Amino acid sequence: MALSLRRRLVGQLVVLAAGLALVLYIAVRVGAERASQATLDAVLGAAAQGLAEEMRAAEGGVLFDVPPGTFSMLAAMGEERIFYRVDVGGQTVTGYPDLPLPRRPPTALAPQFYTVPFRDAQVRMAAVARSLRIEGRATPVLVALGQTREGQEAIAAQLGNRAAALGLAVFLAAIPLALLVARSLTAPIDRLAESVGRRGPRDLRPVRHPAPQELAPFVTALNSFIGRLRGTLSQTETFIAEAAHHIRTPLAVMRNEAELALRQSGEEETRARLRGLIRSADDAARSAGQLLDHATVLYRADQAEWARLDLAAMVRAVADRLAPAAGMKDIELHLDLASALPCDGDAVLVEAALRNIIDNAIKYSAPDAAVEITARAMATQAVVRVADRGRGLGHVTPDRLLRRFRRGDNVGDVAGSGLGLTIVDEAAVAMGGTFSLSPRDGGGTCAEFCLPLASA
Amino acid sequence: MRFLLVEDNAELSASVAARLRLDGHGVDRAATLAEAEDFLAAAVYDLILLDIMLPDGDGRDFLARHRQAQRETPVIVMTARAAVRDRVDALDTGADDYITKPFDFAELEARCRAVLRRKGGSAQTQRSYADLMFDPLAAHVTIAGEVRDLRSREVRLFELFLNAPGRILSKEHLCDRLFSFSEPVTDNAIEVYVGRLRKKLAGSRARIETVRGLGYRLTDG
Repeated sequence: MALSLRRRLVGQLVVLAAGLALVLYIAVRVGAERASQATLDAVLGAAAQGLAEEMRAAEGGVLFDVPPGTFSMLAAMGEERIFYRVDVGGQTVTGYPDLPLPRRPPTALAPQFYTVPFRDAQVRMAAVARSLRIEGRATPVLVALGQTREGQEAIAAQLGNRAAALGLAVFLAAIPLALLVARSLTAPIDRLAESVGRRGPRDLRPVRHPAPQELAPFVTALNSFIGRLRGTLSQTETFIAEAAHHIRTPLAVMRNEAELALRQSGEEETRARLRGLIRSADDAARSAGQLLDHATVLYRADQAEWARLDLAAMVRAVADRLAPAAGMKDIELHLDLASALPCDGDAVLVEAALRNIIDNAIKYSAPDAAVEITARAMATQAVVRVADRGRGLGHVTPDRLLRRFRRGDNVGDVAGSGLGLTIVDEAAVAMGGTFSLSPRDGGGTCAEFCLPLASA
Repeated sequence: MRFLLVEDNAELSASVAARLRLDGHGVDRAATLAEAEDFLAAAVYDLILLDIMLPDGDGRDFLARHRQAQRETPVIVMTARAAVRDRVDALDTGADDYITKPFDFAELEARCRAVLRRKGGSAQTQRSYADLMFDPLAAHVTIAGEVRDLRSREVRLFELFLNAPGRILSKEHLCDRLFSFSEPVTDNAIEVYVGRLRKKLAGSRARIETVRGLGYRLTDG
């Protein structure tokens, strides 16, 4: 089976959520770093400008006071170290002479920011320049002020952790949401499948269940398939009916005419011929009937759903129906039936099975005999037992008799197609039951047809 | 008995009617449902034999109307469709019984009897001969106030004699009528049933005589 839609949907949503969480994490982290950098840079730049502005030309050099606010402002940022360097006319006059300058030295008071490694730390620098008139000459003055950013990094790391936690939380929250979304999306499919699955075995009406737009092509295809299936099935049934009609009606005419001729003919030789003719017509009719029964059983056996039926009542109905035929031979059908035997099955299959079993018992019984028919609940099974005092099974094993067109070795003088027991067996198996034949104590045969009892 | 035969196949209809008339029954033949309705409006029948596939409609529709109109005449459906579903359908729509074509006339008679018995029967079917009363539906003879039950074959055998009292019926003729053609019959089988019937008729003036070499004959006295 292909990967389930729901799983695929959940998978994709989860991957999407993971991506979004990652983007969120990166955005928060980068954004936070940028924001704090900008703030710190503003302070650093202002401090560097402050220093530069405090400079004054003095005799033989430069004089400047470190404004008292400057370093305390920087110190407020945390446990950061501060480095500075003041160059006048290209000469470092105070601070760290090895403190790196920007690649392109600043030319104005607007601070230039850069980051350099210095004394085992990354130092954020701000460099400003101004020009000071010293001894009548314009001398360039450069102030570079640096600050480590260990505190800021710690804060950024903390922020990053928070961002990661937030991303993870978003991701985790997305999983149940994805499941929920997938379920609500696939729910119409499930409902549609359920409404189609719930249908009875003979229900070939088109599907009218409301389905979302996206499923409409599927429903249309399903309905067109149902339509074709219905066409095929009704064609099969019509064909079976037509075939039966076209075979049986002429056979009936033939048989009647032969019987009439037999009544009116006095010549023994002709009468014997006519009897043979009637026997053949009966044989042909019987075979045609059983072939059609067999076809019916085969095509009904595939259905997955059954209707609730009362096996005891069906045994009674079939026995009543066959009683006149049994009476023709003065055979009595003794019924001993439980009051009700609820089973799940197909009435047509059960009718065909029971009719064939009882018909067989009548056919192979001697005149004046009795056929015992019982129907009982035994454990989880409804058991129909049909016992006759007929000729028994002969030398053929019961299994062989259940095969198609297979007849016993002791039935040459009785008409039969060899399909009756096959029909019974196939019907029983189709409905989850069993059929068996066994020799009866004291002579005869015992046929047992079992179906699972329906749970109440 | 009076039959209404509804069957569109002319040959089959003719041969069924001929066969029924041979047994002394009255038969009207309808080839369509419309004709059947006309006959039913004009006469009373003991039984309707109904084909399912008819040119002007489905026999089952006729059955439904028949039941709706609460007409009591029992209906036996003659179906060519052996498909089990049709049988179930026919009974569901109110047929009293069905018989599958081709059918054995003896079986048709047996089914007619069973249906009429279920429906309460009618006094008309009782027949008298010599000093006995014979009721084929109830399957018994009454001799000097004593009711004796007959088995199915005894009933049919006695009917054969009653339909031709005094006439000699050959063993072969009786065999053909009494046994199905697909069952093995021994030569003395008919003697067994004649013997049984004689026992049931013991004490009555009606007797079944053996005519050596020819068969049997029912006589009064």
